[in-house]
Amino acid sequence: MSHDEHGHGHHELTFTERYIFSVDHKVIGLQYLITSFIFLLVGFGLMGLMRWQLAWPGTPIPFFGNLFPADLAPNGVMSGEFYNALGAMHGTIMVFLGVVPLAVGAYGNYVLPLQIGAPDMAFPRMNMMSYWLYLPGGIIMLGSFLMPGGAAQSGWTSYPPLSIINPGQTVWLLSMVILITSSLLGAINFLVTTINMRAPGMSLWRLPVFVWAQFVTSVLLLLAFPPLEAASVLQLMDRVFHTSFYMPKDLVILGEAFKGSGGGQPLLWQHLFWFLAHPEVYVLVLPPMGIVAEIIANNTRKPLHGYKTLVYSMIAIGVMSFMVWAHHMFISGMSPQLGNFFVVTTMIISVPSVAILTCLIFSLKGGSIRYNVPMAFALAFLPLFGIGGLTGLPLGLTVTDIYLHDTYYVIGHFHFVVVTGSIIALMGGTYYWFPKWYGRKMNDTLGWVHFWGTTVTMCGIFLPMLFMGMAGASRRLYDPTAHLHNLPVQGWNVVSTYSAYLLALFQLPFIYNFFNSMWNGEKTVENPWQATTLEWACPSPPPHGNFEKTPTVYRGPYEYSVPGRKTDFWMQTDKN
Amino acid sequence: MGKYGWSMPVAASSYAGSIDFGIWLIHAAMFGIFVLWGAFFVYLLVKYRARPGVPAQREDHEETPAHISVPDSLSKFPFAQLLYRNKGELKSLIPDMVIMTFEIALIVFYAIPVWNKIKMNVPDTKDQVRVEIIAEQFGWSIHYAGPDGKLGPRKTELVHFSNPIGLDHAAAESADDVVMGNEMRLPVDKTVVIDLLSKDVIHSFFVPEFRIKQDAMPGLKIPMWVTPTKTGKFEITCAQLCGFAHSLMRGDVYVQTQEEYDAWYKSRLATVPAADVASNPAEDF
Repeated sequence: MSHDEHGHGHHELTFTERYIFSVDHKVIGLQYLITSFIFLLVGFGLMGLMRWQLAWPGTPIPFFGNLFPADLAPNGVMSGEFYNALGAMHGTIMVFLGVVPLAVGAYGNYVLPLQIGAPDMAFPRMNMMSYWLYLPGGIIMLGSFLMPGGAAQSGWTSYPPLSIINPGQTVWLLSMVILITSSLLGAINFLVTTINMRAPGMSLWRLPVFVWAQFVTSVLLLLAFPPLEAASVLQLMDRVFHTSFYMPKDLVILGEAFKGSGGGQPLLWQHLFWFLAHPEVYVLVLPPMGIVAEIIANNTRKPLHGYKTLVYSMIAIGVMSFMVWAHHMFISGMSPQLGNFFVVTTMIISVPSVAILTCLIFSLKGGSIRYNVPMAFALAFLPLFGIGGLTGLPLGLTVTDIYLHDTYYVIGHFHFVVVTGSIIALMGGTYYWFPKWYGRKMNDTLGWVHFWGTTVTMCGIFLPMLFMGMAGASRRLYDPTAHLHNLPVQGWNVVSTYSAYLLALFQLPFIYNFFNSMWNGEKTVENPWQATTLEWACPSPPPHGNFEKTPTVYRGPYEYSVPGRKTDFWMQTDKN
Repeated sequence: MGKYGWSMPVAASSYAGSIDFGIWLIHAAMFGIFVLWGAFFVYLLVKYRARPGVPAQREDHEETPAHISVPDSLSKFPFAQLLYRNKGELKSLIPDMVIMTFEIALIVFYAIPVWNKIKMNVPDTKDQVRVEIIAEQFGWSIHYAGPDGKLGPRKTELVHFSNPIGLDHAAAESADDVVMGNEMRLPVDKTVVIDLLSKDVIHSFFVPEFRIKQDAMPGLKIPMWVTPTKTGKFEITCAQLCGFAHSLMRGDVYVQTQEEYDAWYKSRLATVPAADVASNPAEDF
């Protein structure tokens, strides 16, 4: 795929070819970016409704309550079915339609080919297909709210037998199969692109950490998603054709004997699901870690501490992530002997994770730290993700998990990982790469308002969850006040809800800033952050085909502050 | 309401203390790690802020220091040369090593032994209270084996709203059995051995005060045990999403003295005809 095929446009691209059915990785990246941000907002909105019910159970939802049909929210008060549907869809949308497409589809698509000096992805049409499966998959998922009985109500984990007998699940499964296919197409594309399309001189040890992160992530997606796709098809069979892959014998459901051959095993689904969903956790955090590494190297003006340690740690995480899945199932009824195995593998995987955080913090040492908006997000990632990692400790140990499993402690833990970790880093990535996408900068003042508002209110949402979990409050309770031991901590639910609404408010400057800066932002140069990696060696925004001529790479990715040079950055493409 | 508060509820079973020990120990360690890292982090942020005329200092990975010689005092150790040259890299792994050592100790001396005690060594059923707990949407049936220690057989086809667990009253083992809905009574300081089952979907038996939690998996019979150490009324909750009324699925545990318990059991057995003992949990709301 030489550059020349792209360079001389044989015909003017129509609007549709350029912006809708585009094969350009940059356009697809931005399509992914906008779509996944919208899905994040939708998922956040669902959570807003749930938070009302959690803080003030049984009171009518203001403004929106009467918009819902009476079977979902009689007299504006949320029903148990509706709450469960919101819960399942919040999780599903945030993970599969929000964070992963944003981290991989958007940033990976836009930045990875640029950072390795490629004119496009290896398979541009497949890339387009990936997006055009993702969008309909997402619309089908959202559309399931309109189905009779509503959307899926069995949690994002969809444990059978509940998921087999609950309404809404069929559409969920169909949508998941489409979304997984989309993910697999993307993953193959990223792997082939990284292996085959690197510019001359771009050896593996000269790849930016972000590219390594995307590469490991793609391997995880490629190997972990097929088991879930197969498992989803089996669950679909159980629902549609009344097979019994997950249904044991002699079930009596609400007084009626379940008609089915039986002989299946609900635990099978949990194994298959978590075999995907644990690597999926690392799909959620590795690309953001890559973004944080890029921003920190750039704004400390020095090479990363332990570049190879970072890369080896990511690879180690990738390998180990396939051996820890059953730590989600310590009390599921699987053999307790297995618990002893998985507690050990879980301890092992924490070693590379700590190594990554250590390297990132040590990277600050000796630096000349510039405090700008992307750097603020990257720095906030470190302690907040740290809380997420640390709170994983008591959950990863079999004994302490007996008490904390399925409490709000779990919810607090993984939201610290994914929200104050991943999403914070992804927001930082938007401020960092925006000049490349549109040739303009985002407004700094609005950026700082967004940063402080977002980080503080996020802690206000998730810290109370840790406290509630310690008091034994179970997750997924439609009405927490139905249990006596939850009553003393019910106040925390109110704090959490107020924080969530404030967080929504603090996203307005971000949304305004994003769209306003697209047209009215301050114009910038090719390399506004004075960075060293390849995406800054082409025009902003890069033309079709990216680089005027194929770049040659002469050195590693983070050659900042090399003694004896006039500037403090030495780009990978500069010969001397 | 003294038993519930902002922290963990009162500990009321024989192994609650060892679970709490782990939770507090880990939280102390977490807090220590976070404060130390946080202090170091803030120190770095202040000390290395950009100042005019002060360039960033590279760690100089490039000069692989072939010329660095190991001090004589260290040279007799194996790999001294290799380790000494990479001491910068190795130093940054020290926090990792400390955390790893802590985790290994935690697993070897705490997690595995305590886990095995709680989950893998179900005590012999002789001279214990023998109970079967059958979960369903949205309640718990507690089936007592009675003095003979034998649980009466159950049959799916006998399941009826007046007999939610399908107990076969004709069988001899059922004669001294008692079935309760959403109410469990236990004698204090006596081990109860429980088989946990589910009729329909996955539920999770959770009594916060006992620090006991176990999923009820349809198709499996899962053994567990608990020895209550405090008398009082505690709460059974369902910890696994089980449907639209999941949050209403709850029950109470009354831990009583042996005499009170025996008296209650006798009265239950004598006054109520066996077939009507069980209230249908679904009627509770």
